[in-house]
Amino acid sequence: MSVGSDPNLEQTWADPPGVIGWLKHVDHKSIGRRYLVTAFGFFLIGGILAALMRIQLSRPDNTFIGPDLYNEIFTTHGTTMMFLFAVPVMQGLGIYLVPLMVGARSIAFPRLVAFSYWMLLFGGIFLFVSFLLNAGPDVGWFSYPPLAEPLYTPSKRADVWAQLITFTEVASLAVAVALITTVLKLRAPGMTLNRLPIFVWAQVVTSFMVLFAMPAVMLASTELILDRLVGTHFFDVEHGGDALLWQHLFWFFGHPEVYIIFIPGTGIVSTIIATFSRRHIFGYLPVVLSLVSTAFMGFGLWVHHMFATGLPQLGESFFTAASIMIAIPTGTQIFCWIATIWSGRLSLKTPMLWILGFFTIFVVGGLTGVMLAAVPLNTQVHDTFFVVAHLHYVLIGGAVFPLFGAFYYWYPKITGRLLSERLGTWVFALLFTGFNLTFFPMHVLGLRGMPRRVYTYPASMGWDTLNLLASVGALLMACGVITFLVDAVHAMYAGPVATDNPWDAGTLEWATSSPPPNSNFPRPPTAAGREPLWDNPPDQPVVVGLREDARDVLVTHVLDAEPDHRLIFPEPSIWPFLTGIATTVLFVWSIFTPWGVVYGAGPVFLAMVGWFWPKRPDEGGTPLWPFARRTLPRPDEAPAAGGAI
Amino acid sequence: MNESRTLDVSGLPPGAFGSRTVTFWGTLGMVLIESTVFALAITSYFYYLARFPSWPPDGIAPPLLRWGTVNTVILLGSLIPNELARRAAERVDLQGVRIWMVVCLAFAVGFNWVRVYEFRHLNVWWDHDAYGSIVWILLGLHTTHIVTDFLDSAVLTTLMFIGPVEEHRFVDVEENSVYWYFVVLAWLPIYGVIYWAPRLT
Repeated sequence: MSVGSDPNLEQTWADPPGVIGWLKHVDHKSIGRRYLVTAFGFFLIGGILAALMRIQLSRPDNTFIGPDLYNEIFTTHGTTMMFLFAVPVMQGLGIYLVPLMVGARSIAFPRLVAFSYWMLLFGGIFLFVSFLLNAGPDVGWFSYPPLAEPLYTPSKRADVWAQLITFTEVASLAVAVALITTVLKLRAPGMTLNRLPIFVWAQVVTSFMVLFAMPAVMLASTELILDRLVGTHFFDVEHGGDALLWQHLFWFFGHPEVYIIFIPGTGIVSTIIATFSRRHIFGYLPVVLSLVSTAFMGFGLWVHHMFATGLPQLGESFFTAASIMIAIPTGTQIFCWIATIWSGRLSLKTPMLWILGFFTIFVVGGLTGVMLAAVPLNTQVHDTFFVVAHLHYVLIGGAVFPLFGAFYYWYPKITGRLLSERLGTWVFALLFTGFNLTFFPMHVLGLRGMPRRVYTYPASMGWDTLNLLASVGALLMACGVITFLVDAVHAMYAGPVATDNPWDAGTLEWATSSPPPNSNFPRPPTAAGREPLWDNPPDQPVVVGLREDARDVLVTHVLDAEPDHRLIFPEPSIWPFLTGIATTVLFVWSIFTPWGVVYGAGPVFLAMVGWFWPKRPDEGGTPLWPFARRTLPRPDEAPAAGGAI
Repeated sequence: MNESRTLDVSGLPPGAFGSRTVTFWGTLGMVLIESTVFALAITSYFYYLARFPSWPPDGIAPPLLRWGTVNTVILLGSLIPNELARRAAERVDLQGVRIWMVVCLAFAVGFNWVRVYEFRHLNVWWDHDAYGSIVWILLGLHTTHIVTDFLDSAVLTTLMFIGPVEEHRFVDVEENSVYWYFVVLAWLPIYGVIYWAPRLT
């Protein structure tokens, strides 16, 4: 459905031009693109750090990098990939796609989402500037006390880590709330929860996990800062503190984090498989239930990261069982995907290549995961390269491969142009080969006793050939990523122009032009099935009657998406940016003195008042006092109009 | 798609109250986040408690019951003007909203003030040991909430006086009172932990 855009409507939904205007953007497409580009930039930086490590480890007794810098590099690499790349890039996809997929004109709380972007960006800049000032964190991406306590890390390095956590968690919590609300309240009429696209299910399940997981690491990192700054004793054993409590709090976040990264990946897989098998996903209900149950179980197995700490055996057995049980929903999804491909008409375009790559790599990672759930094997290979191999198979296989599939799949929607199929095959081949060459030998290295986080090793250990192989693999991966970058930049200007729906997909983001107009849908769609573009009858109604001179959005019921009321959404604003600046000052200041929190709170408060201060009396489209009676309905009253599709 | 059939939503109201609104669900998300923080801090408290030979350790006196209990009464008392402000908002009764929000703010000044006495009579400093640290952070976390709730209510009350007041402002008042409920009710388990756990163990 290519629709001629109404210039009036387009103007209403436009973000302001110019540099200052750029700081005011609130359009979810603009913020989503920024998220994707920024997170990918962080991915490149994290990748360069990884390459430095692979150079250092490529031969024994190498002196390219010393132990101190090596500590900073592997900590910053892990921190970057987890907090600045994996979570934000998935949320960035959600910010861009979820409103389109549910047929909405905007994301809920667009200014909050804009604010979250500034927190992410400033947090990343803060980390890398600290790294360049030789103050990059060097205590591992999980920052265990007692090493991270002031006695053993008197410098600011551990504080930088802890405050980076605050930056990124504020951002991802804000996005999670916005995505949940978008899905619950802004769906197109007719899109009941039973018709929610699986990608959107994955995003909303992930967002709920964020709500319950991220607070744990925020609390823990705040307590760590307090230990370091004002002399509390949360993790200081000498004064009754408990270093293991850190591990509990950290992994209560850290294990769900794996699923926060992986579940959006499965959402991508389900979407691409359905499109390229040319049929609805096999087993919609079991797939959705698998996502939900994975999320629940994901909170019940954090202790398997702590098997080496000597916890009671009964507890360890429980967490072994829980860890193995997670294979059930994951297996269910894999069988549903296989059934979909088997019974569909497979079309092997580039996005689908990445999904096949995902299958191979992720299944290997899942198998070593089941192995690691067993306490004896776990304690044997604890802190060895076997764990490094496992986690990269799970995270790169489970998230990065689907993510590249997503880049190829949605690139035409976002830019209006297609990536090259030929180069895409090359990128896939380089990354797939390079990945396995890099990380498969690490299983063996781990079993042969090579510990992780060592900056070098003596020649007599017999680890040199496999390490060299891994480093060659890393080089191939780098070539693959560079090829992708070249293609992505080239295609933006010279790629073949994409139609509205180049893959003949069924979800609503393909119902609008590529790239979508400012208002997303000049005529907002309604849905009669799970894949509206496949299922809707030819005369499926479109929504009319929203204002064109204001950012008027249709709000629907939570469960059945019946039209409920209209709401005028906020205009672009500089205040989210200013609030981001003020918050950054507070966070960075607080590393040096607790008074930074006290004095820094003033500007944050003022910026927030500016943010919420009403601009024009008629902004909300409701009557101005004095008025005689209430016009807006309460929950127990019927809507004034609207009705079933 | 054939565009002959349309769903005309121009007759729908430009907003709503209560759980129908977008903001209500956003607030609920924030409540879930903050409840998780409280729950984890309380869990940590009992984690320490189970590992100390005595509680409070070293013969430290438990926090003085008086100010904590006085503040619990004030906080619970503030629910009355809070509910009256909420109902006035649903009636779009500007006079009522103004009166009851000012009363709410008076209560908020009260419980923020008494909170100072609570801190002064915890009978332990945060840097004494892990017990002191966890007690201070529990009270500190809740204090962050009552301070910010006071500030944002004060801004909203100001708006209700200086205007311009459109009908949406009444929805804001209602949502503000929903959050107020959370801040008050979240206090009850924290009060129980800080003041009664040391006495009952």
